[in-house]
Amino acid sequence: MKVLFFARVKEELGCAGLELHWRDAVASLDALQAQLCLDGGGRWQDVLNRPNMIRAVNQVVVSADVELRDGDEVAFFPPVTGG
Amino acid sequence: MAEARRQPALAVSVQLADFDVADLQRRLLAGSAEEGAVASFTGYVRGAAGEGRLQFMELEHYPGMTERSIRDILERACGRWPLLAASVVHRVGRLAAGEQIVWVGVASAHREAAFIACEFIMDYLKNEAPFWKKEEGPQGAHWVEAHAGDLARAERWGDKGADIT
Repeated sequence: MKVLFFARVKEELGCAGLELHWRDAVASLDALQAQLCLDGGGRWQDVLNRPNMIRAVNQVVVSADVELRDGDEVAFFPPVTGG
Repeated sequence: MAEARRQPALAVSVQLADFDVADLQRRLLAGSAEEGAVASFTGYVRGAAGEGRLQFMELEHYPGMTERSIRDILERACGRWPLLAASVVHRVGRLAAGEQIVWVGVASAHREAAFIACEFIMDYLKNEAPFWKKEEGPQGAHWVEAHAGDLARAERWGDKGADIT
């Protein structure tokens, strides 16, 4: 699975993205987020658990937990400010 | 309102390069004579006066999702109004104050649909398309915060769109 970070989230984590092997521990979006916090430590926990964090799976924004499959593309980013 | 007679022509471009509004409007019409109206919006990088004045704006986006989300907005606009063509050009990268940043163009048989769809597209673009602005001024750079007012502007259309909260 591909995990991507954008804008302030990317800057604060110092990471634009990473590749993960699908496994039971990352079989849902919430589980993946918990795993990233566990692997990354305090900073990742603070950044990824912000209340305004937006999450997208396969380039579609989702508001609740969803199942993840091998090959999915997951993204974490702040509220958008284009236009 | 009359139904549009053909499948609306949709175009989305996310680009580094500047754009020519007259050229974009000509391409929107594409030689057809059905259009009675074109409405368009051009957004610029606003450089406010004073000490904290903005000098540059850096625009980041999510390649792939950006194009997809704008196309989705255009399709929703076409579902609500009889549009003949709709197009969005959005720039990314580092832009100076005063530069063009976004263009929305809508063609229809009559002005009402063109005016209203142009505003609809812009309101949703600001809330759904994954772009992020970072402003650079004399005191350094900072990420622009999302405005609650922008969300309220989109929500008044009551459209079931992408789920951004």
